[in-house]
Amino acid sequence: MSQSLIDFLLGLWPKLLQGAWMSILLLIVSGVIGNILAVPVALARVSRNPLLWIPSYLFILLMRGTPLLVQIYILYYGLGAILGQMPAVRSSFLWPYLREAFWYAALALSVNTAGYSGFILRGAILAVPHGEVEAGRAFGMSKWQILRRVILPRAIRISLPTFSGETILLLKATSLASTVTVTELMRVTGEAYAESFRFDECYISAAIIYIVLSFILTRGFYFAERQLNKDRLPPKSSTAAAAAAPAK
Amino acid sequence: MATDQSYLDLLSYGDKGWGDELVRGALVTVEVAVCAYAVGIVFGLIGAGAKLSGGRARYVAADLYTTIVRSVPELLLIIYIFYRGPAAIRGLASLLGIQAQIDIDPFVAAVAALGFIEGAYTTEVFRGAIQAVPKGQMEAARAFGMGWWLRTKRVLLPQMLRFAIPGLGNIWLNTTKDAALVSVVSLSELMNAGKQAAGGTKMYFFFYGIVALCYLVITVASQVGVAQLDRWANRGVRRA
Repeated sequence: MSQSLIDFLLGLWPKLLQGAWMSILLLIVSGVIGNILAVPVALARVSRNPLLWIPSYLFILLMRGTPLLVQIYILYYGLGAILGQMPAVRSSFLWPYLREAFWYAALALSVNTAGYSGFILRGAILAVPHGEVEAGRAFGMSKWQILRRVILPRAIRISLPTFSGETILLLKATSLASTVTVTELMRVTGEAYAESFRFDECYISAAIIYIVLSFILTRGFYFAERQLNKDRLPPKSSTAAAAAAPAK
Repeated sequence: MATDQSYLDLLSYGDKGWGDELVRGALVTVEVAVCAYAVGIVFGLIGAGAKLSGGRARYVAADLYTTIVRSVPELLLIIYIFYRGPAAIRGLASLLGIQAQIDIDPFVAAVAALGFIEGAYTTEVFRGAIQAVPKGQMEAARAFGMGWWLRTKRVLLPQMLRFAIPGLGNIWLNTTKDAALVSVVSLSELMNAGKQAAGGTKMYFFFYGIVALCYLVITVASQVGVAQLDRWANRGVRRA
């Protein structure tokens, strides 16, 4: 308590930033894995084959219908306990990873993201104008080619604005990993508070870091959206367009 | 390990089973969610009003509220408000010269924290819904000589509700799920009941599975209810 506020914050912030780095790592790992998994989930969901769409429907319902905290607990405590009882797993080279809470949290966040993003992507796939698919067919593209060249690129562009919000939600969701001992920002904050009993300093600092990270993500997605949807943007200014026109 | 105990026994009422604890927990979860949702609607109406009223300071305050709440993890906000809120209220009371002993119930603190969070999302839903009602209609009502309340009641509310219900339904679903986060501040709701049952029996998969199932039932029932409400709010609207 004798420590001045500045000294305390100078000691606190390096620790918090280290925690924030872990949060970012968790965000990247589960964001990448989850969104890759979202593609087959979405494709299965729009399929007419009941063997594909029913499992996908149930998966999305389960991921969106139960709290992420429960999903993390089921994987960390439930799956973790079962894997720990298997001698084959314990002796395998994977065990050092399977013992770490980070990978359970990353797995839970990934499957959760797969459910949410899969649902969004499904909506976007259904929003792709049918004429474009027909055009692809008219060019003699195979089903796979149409998917790769027409449907997915269009669907990803359509879903990008929703996607940016979804990534902010994922960043916030990484804070739940603190409940299973992953030393990300939230956990580090709690530990710093327990050591110092300086509640406001610790938690407001953490909140500021989260706000800055959200802001960076929002801007990043904004620029990505402008890059990918260039064709749909209005011309920069009418005078510039008019000046450029006669040159052609 | 309770391998000789059947699963049904584990869910029975009384000291052996965990059924009563789980049911009580589920009721607390629903109570927390309903109350927080109501608080969120109040915050949302105030926030949307502040954003649309045209006042600069009011807009900035409301915008700060929604921006901060929506970019800081719910977990952090719940912990912060839960532990800091009562002290803040006590400080405010002593500032106003009230010398009473103020005790804040953990349930109330949890509801306030969760309601404050959901209110930020509700603000945006209401703002969007109000803006979706064509301006000319309110002007027409004014031209007919209707007062502010009459205009709001007859023109704005019935129409904005139609636009607001999908968003409000999503917020309700989020509220029920976010209510699980209240378990970190040791309110004995569904999540905590499940945690105790799982920890006591070491049957993590089973009990967390049951908890997940309870939330799923709440979600599915809510979805059916929201769909009904949506149909009711859209009565009289011609479908394309």
